[in-house]
Amino acid sequence: MATTTDAGLGERDTTGSPRSRLLGIATLIAVAILGVLAFALTEPDVRIHPETGEEFGQFDAVRMLYVHVPLVIVTYLSYGICAVASIGVLVKRTPWWDVTAHTAAEIGTIFCGLVLVTGSIWGRPVWNTWWEWGDVRLMTTLVLFLMFTGYLALRRITEDPRRQARRAAVVALVAVLDIPLVNRSVEWWENRTLHQRSTLGELKIEDLTLFTLFFGFVTAGLVLAWLFLHRFRVGWLERAAIDHGVAAAIVERQSETSDAEVRRSVGEQPEGPEEGLVP
Amino acid sequence: MTHVGYLVAGWGIVVGVLTAYAVRLARRGRALSCLVPKPRRRWLEDRGVDGS
Amino acid sequence: MIGRISRDAWLVACRDLRIEARSRVVLDQVVPFSVLVLVLFGFALDADNRTLRTFAPGLFWVAVLLSALLAVQRSATLDRSDGTDTALRMSGLSPISLFLGRASAVYVQLVALQVVLVGGLLILYGVDVEDPLLLVVAGLVAGVAVAAAGTLYGALASGLGVRETLLPILLLPVLAPVLIGATRAFDDALGAAAVDGWAWTGLLSLAALILTVVGASTHSALVED
Repeated sequence: MATTTDAGLGERDTTGSPRSRLLGIATLIAVAILGVLAFALTEPDVRIHPETGEEFGQFDAVRMLYVHVPLVIVTYLSYGICAVASIGVLVKRTPWWDVTAHTAAEIGTIFCGLVLVTGSIWGRPVWNTWWEWGDVRLMTTLVLFLMFTGYLALRRITEDPRRQARRAAVVALVAVLDIPLVNRSVEWWENRTLHQRSTLGELKIEDLTLFTLFFGFVTAGLVLAWLFLHRFRVGWLERAAIDHGVAAAIVERQSETSDAEVRRSVGEQPEGPEEGLVP
Repeated sequence: MTHVGYLVAGWGIVVGVLTAYAVRLARRGRALSCLVPKPRRRWLEDRGVDGS
Repeated sequence: MIGRISRDAWLVACRDLRIEARSRVVLDQVVPFSVLVLVLFGFALDADNRTLRTFAPGLFWVAVLLSALLAVQRSATLDRSDGTDTALRMSGLSPISLFLGRASAVYVQLVALQVVLVGGLLILYGVDVEDPLLLVVAGLVAGVAVAAAGTLYGALASGLGVRETLLPILLLPVLAPVLIGATRAFDDALGAAAVDGWAWTGLLSLAALILTVVGASTHSALVED
């Protein structure tokens, strides 16, 4: 990040602004605090079986949840923003909504991918499997991820931005409306969802565990805000760069057309050495 | 501590991916900012509120 | 209003089906492809009929979805030539009736495809139909969902250079619940697993309803440019 804070002097050619830099610093501090809370201050999940006296629980694998669960929240938050912005695209048809929808979808998909990866890594020691086919949330999230992979693929195709905006909005809306169906169908599909539902419930939620989880939400929210702000500005700049490029090209083209060319094009005799330029 | 490998992998991937994405965004923003005149970048206006 | 929409939709559907009757792309290419998929599954899995019978419902629906992709692409390209899309836009047909008409034509083709594929299941895989009514109803209802989503996404991808590769990645995840629901309903109808096929058919109806309504209402945003 650039460190120039003076608005008057120096060309600040970044997507940063004083406030976004403040946000960035707050985010980094929050991540550091979350790391300390998750690894140093909270206890591992160890329980004693009341009858056999054996130790059981998630042990230190529970520390993965402090990053996994907040990521789930911001994933769904991002996709929610994307859905709302997509309605905005179809109703209002302004670039602002379109850039917002694209931003939310891209960030949401990154978060969603991380949710799947962290969930899988957490599931290996706790459920003893990388992947649980019958798990509702897992499968729903995977289908959601795949849908938005298609959305981003559509987004990468260069075409008229207004058409692209509407097409993408329809894809996002269908995807979001389809999610309850996916959820329902997977839930009925295999009634093997015994893990997920109980996992959080059976954790001995102490004050600090709860606080860390809550702090994780705040941190993930800050990360989302910073990424969102900057991704939005990049998206905005991409559009502005195209518009500006077109405008500049027109000006350039106009200045290229010399007097002689204009005269020749209206049938007058050229003067000067510009023989090569035949229209 | 148990499950150190899993924890390092999980947290590492998250921090790594998000950092890489943030760096990419910042770079792309810098490259694009050069192409666009200042008035088109709303967040540089001193309105007190970020332009998004 | 509704009368006019259905009349226009009927016109569009008849036109699409007439084109199909004359060109026979679906009949000559897509239907043989779907049977080919069944045969390939047979080669890939096992020569053992019992294995095939167990997995027949899932294989059936995967074959339907893959063939539906081709049928949808065919339907979406019908209007790309000779400026037909412009002519349709000028014709005053509402986007809703255009959508419903196209979807109906795709639906008719999908049902025909399913009939052939069920024949394939009976002959090639040796399945027994335990509940014919459930089989028919589930097939018809799931076909609506596939046709609606397919037509919407076909319109969405039409005109793009990468249509052939983009359509599957957009359409197939959306149809995941339909695949699950239809497979389970067929599991019950073919006696492959003890599940409540009618409950699944209920879920399929919900999917069909949602996809049709969303498709009809958002289709205007895709065709008006």
